[in-house]
Amino acid sequence: MYNKGTIIPGLILFVLIVMSPVLYNGLKAGVVPTPEPPPGGQKQCVLPAKEMKDTHMQLLNEWRDEVLRHDDRVMVEVDGKKYRKGLQTTCMQCHTSKEKFCDSCHEYASVKPYCWDCHLTPAQAASKKETH
Amino acid sequence: MDNERRKFLKIAGISALAGIGAPAIAKLTTTAAYAAPQHEEAAKAAEAGAEEDAVSGKQYGMVIDMRKFIEQPELLDQAIAACALAHNVPEFPPDKQKSEIKWIWKTPFENAFTEESFTHLAKNIEEAEFPVLCNHCAHPSCVRVCPTKATFKQKDNGIVAMDYHRCIGCRFCMAACPYGARSFNWEDPRPYVKTYNPNFPTRMRGVVEKCNFCGERLALGQQPACVEACKGSGAMVFGDINDEKSEVRQVLAKEFTIQRKPSAGTKPSVFYIV
Repeated sequence: MYNKGTIIPGLILFVLIVMSPVLYNGLKAGVVPTPEPPPGGQKQCVLPAKEMKDTHMQLLNEWRDEVLRHDDRVMVEVDGKKYRKGLQTTCMQCHTSKEKFCDSCHEYASVKPYCWDCHLTPAQAASKKETH
Repeated sequence: MDNERRKFLKIAGISALAGIGAPAIAKLTTTAAYAAPQHEEAAKAAEAGAEEDAVSGKQYGMVIDMRKFIEQPELLDQAIAACALAHNVPEFPPDKQKSEIKWIWKTPFENAFTEESFTHLAKNIEEAEFPVLCNHCAHPSCVRVCPTKATFKQKDNGIVAMDYHRCIGCRFCMAACPYGARSFNWEDPRPYVKTYNPNFPTRMRGVVEKCNFCGERLALGQQPACVEACKGSGAMVFGDINDEKSEVRQVLAKEFTIQRKPSAGTKPSVFYIV
C-alpha cells in the first residue's frame, strides 16, 4: 500500500468526525420520550396503540385523501364509537395538546410534519375563540 | 461509379413522387358512396356527445334571489360573516387589499354580469350589491388547467373542490376562472382571521383558495353557511340542480334566472333572480 502513513490516520480521523455527534452524546440516543396519554382519560383509539405508533402517518394520509378527494366522510366506527375522519376534528379532541403529544416524539426523532401550517392546534384554536 | 449514382438518384426521386402522390390519387378516385357512411358516423358521434353532456349524477347549485337581497341588504353581510367564520377566512385591512381572500363577496351588477347590457339600468339594480361566489361549474376551466389535480370536480356531488395539500400555488386556476372566484394567499392569513372555527383548518401562505360549497357541512347534513345565514328569507336556495324534485329546481322552473358569463361555456351552477 502506498502512502500508508497518511491514508490510515486520515480514515480514522474521517470516522471520528462522522461519529462525533454520537460520541458527543456518549453513545446514547437520549431518553426515549413518552407522549402524554389523553388528559380526558380515554383509553380507546381508532387503532391499537402499537399500530398508531407505527402507522398514524399513513392513516392520516388515507383519511385526508378519502375525505378531500373522494368525499368519503363516512365515520369510522370502532367498538361502537363513531369517529369523524380528521386530525383537528378527531385526534385532537382526545389528545388535547399538540405540544405534549405530537411534539414529544417528533422533536426527538427530528421529524417536521407540515400539518400545523394549516391545521389549528387546540391551543391556537382556543386563542381566537368565538365570543358570544 | 458515377453512372450507378445517377441511376440511384433517379429511382429514389420517382419512388418519393409516387409515395407522396399515391394517397392523393386514392382520395380522388374514391366514390361518393364510400364517403357517405362517414358523415353518418360523425352525426351519430355528435349525438352521443350531446347525450353525454346531458344530466349525469348530482350537481349542487344555488339560486340567489336578488329581490330579497335588495329588500334586506343586511342578509348579505350576515351570509359573508357566516362563511368567514365557518372557514377561517381572513379579513385584510384596506391597505392590504391585494392580499384579499374572497369566498363569497359583493360586487355591482355590471361587474357580475359583464355580458348583460347595463345602460339605463333600474335604480335598485344599479345600486344593489350582488353576492358572488364560486359557480361550481359543470365544466370548470380551473380544473382543466391545474397541473397537480389540487382542484378537481367531485364526482358524487359536482362540487369543484380544493385539496390544499397538493396546491403548489402556480395560480393557473386563477387565470382560468372567468369569475375571479379564486384568491391567492400572498401572506400568512392567520393574523387576519378574526375568530377561529376549531373544526376547520386555515390555509398557509402560497396556496389558492375558494368557496367549497361547505362540503364539510353538507356531510353533516347541514346547509351551506351562507344559505343558513339567510334562512327563512328564501334569498338563497341550495340543492341538487340535476334533481327535478329538488327545491332549487322548483324555483328555477318558476322564475326567470340568469347566470354569470354563460358564453364562457363553463355551465355555472349559481343562478340569479334579478
